[in-house]
Amino acid sequence: MSDALLSINSLDAFYDDFQALYDIDMSLELGEVIAIIGANGAGKSTLMRSISGLLRNESGQIAFKGASIGSKRADQVAYMGIALVPEGRQLFPSLSVEENLLLGGTVGRSGPWSLKRIYELFPVLSDRRNQPSTSLSGGQQQMAAIGRALMSNPELILFDEISLGLAPIVIKGIYEALPNIVGEGMTAMIVEQDISKALEVSSRVYCLQEGRVSLTGKVGEVSREDITAAYFGVAA
Amino acid sequence: MIEWVNSIVQGILLGGLYALFAAGLSLIFGVMRLVNIAHGDLIILAAYMGLTTIVMLGVHPFVALLIVIPLMAGFGYVLQRGLLNQTLGDDILPPLLVTFGLSVIIQNALLEIYTADPQKLNGGLIETASIPVGGLAIGILPLVTFAIAIVVIAGLQWVFYATAIGRGFRAVSDNQDIAQLMGLNKAHVYGLAMALALGVVAIAGILLGMRTSFDPSIGAGRLIFGFEAVIIGGLGNLWGTLAGGVILGVAQTIGAKIDPGWQLLAGHIAFLVVLALRPNGLFPRVEH
Repeated sequence: MSDALLSINSLDAFYDDFQALYDIDMSLELGEVIAIIGANGAGKSTLMRSISGLLRNESGQIAFKGASIGSKRADQVAYMGIALVPEGRQLFPSLSVEENLLLGGTVGRSGPWSLKRIYELFPVLSDRRNQPSTSLSGGQQQMAAIGRALMSNPELILFDEISLGLAPIVIKGIYEALPNIVGEGMTAMIVEQDISKALEVSSRVYCLQEGRVSLTGKVGEVSREDITAAYFGVAA
Repeated sequence: MIEWVNSIVQGILLGGLYALFAAGLSLIFGVMRLVNIAHGDLIILAAYMGLTTIVMLGVHPFVALLIVIPLMAGFGYVLQRGLLNQTLGDDILPPLLVTFGLSVIIQNALLEIYTADPQKLNGGLIETASIPVGGLAIGILPLVTFAIAIVVIAGLQWVFYATAIGRGFRAVSDNQDIAQLMGLNKAHVYGLAMALALGVVAIAGILLGMRTSFDPSIGAGRLIFGFEAVIIGGLGNLWGTLAGGVILGVAQTIGAKIDPGWQLLAGHIAFLVVLALRPNGLFPRVEH
């Protein structure tokens, strides 16, 4: 497991007394795209919050590039090269579109992504760069949120429910942009309730159910029936 | 007639000082939703720091600013990271209680060190010099104070809307968690905001000390003026805060013109009238 970019070892995560994740083991190789699927409340967002540092755990439970990051703060994790596209976009309403992107570049890591590249990827953002981020449509906000995460030139990018609340045509557009992003050799973890979308772009899948990994395997090797069972917790 | 015009002009200029009292208060509330009860006492602390600097180095109060501003800013950063950050959370009560305690501590520490004797910062000629304008005599010091207030507020506005630090302030104010994800350590950002606020407090304290005599007990009154200016102008709007200070200042000087005993009362009444008619202040920040 030494060559894993990210490895999660027996992760238990809590909100006060409530345990949301139980004994999670996961690993992610450099350049790999994996999907995390699971029903509402399965612990997907908790996993994202744990990796990104918003939820702090025991140090050794999460390792990134060989360093223990389980107990690091979110800003420290960001400097190490992990970016999160949060569920619900969560742009900064007081900031313009461009200011949101610039804020994403706070950590100042070097890499292929710059304002110019983001605007090439999502030209509509360039047209609206000086407008308040709240004036964007849902899909455009999602593009801005993805752009904001890319601005830090992360080595690992986490997408949390990027299709949530968006029209199918918009989701299609955003997923079409994904290969351009991960094509740069970036490692990605895609969290979705929309299973088929997530599996289209991923090579491996983990399914969470009630805080535990209920299924894992290569996309194409796991059957629909297995996924249904792992997702809902009932035999199909 | 000219006397009334005079009162209004003096009130406007006084409003500059009140805006300086209020600017730091407004900034801190805007960035971290912290109501700093010790704000007035920090202004007086700055005035005393100015006094010590002037006495020790034999310099003019304006020169003392070069020392007091960085000292207060540094104190602000340490205060925020060492104490106030621990009080911030979902509950608004802990920061209120802790800054109230801080207010008591500062007041009593100043009393121990400097006694209760009134003090003043000697600004020399500038205190009494004036320029005649159409039958009015406009004091140089109030005029300079007002000009400084405009520069400070324009400067804060620039920091907020045109620099990376200001972008960080606004982002953390919008959403702490997401800002943290972007690599901003909110503890540090809050520290910088308090440093900036206390830098402004240093200016306010020195200008106050040149204008009137002060003693350790008068901080609470300055806090009230600051609060009133912020509320009249509308929360989260720095130029509104300047307008609020001016309205408060004019109300006070007009009140004093009618009867010297009415100065403070007239200011409070103006504040209450605004609060009753426009609870969000005259120029509230437009919510998106």
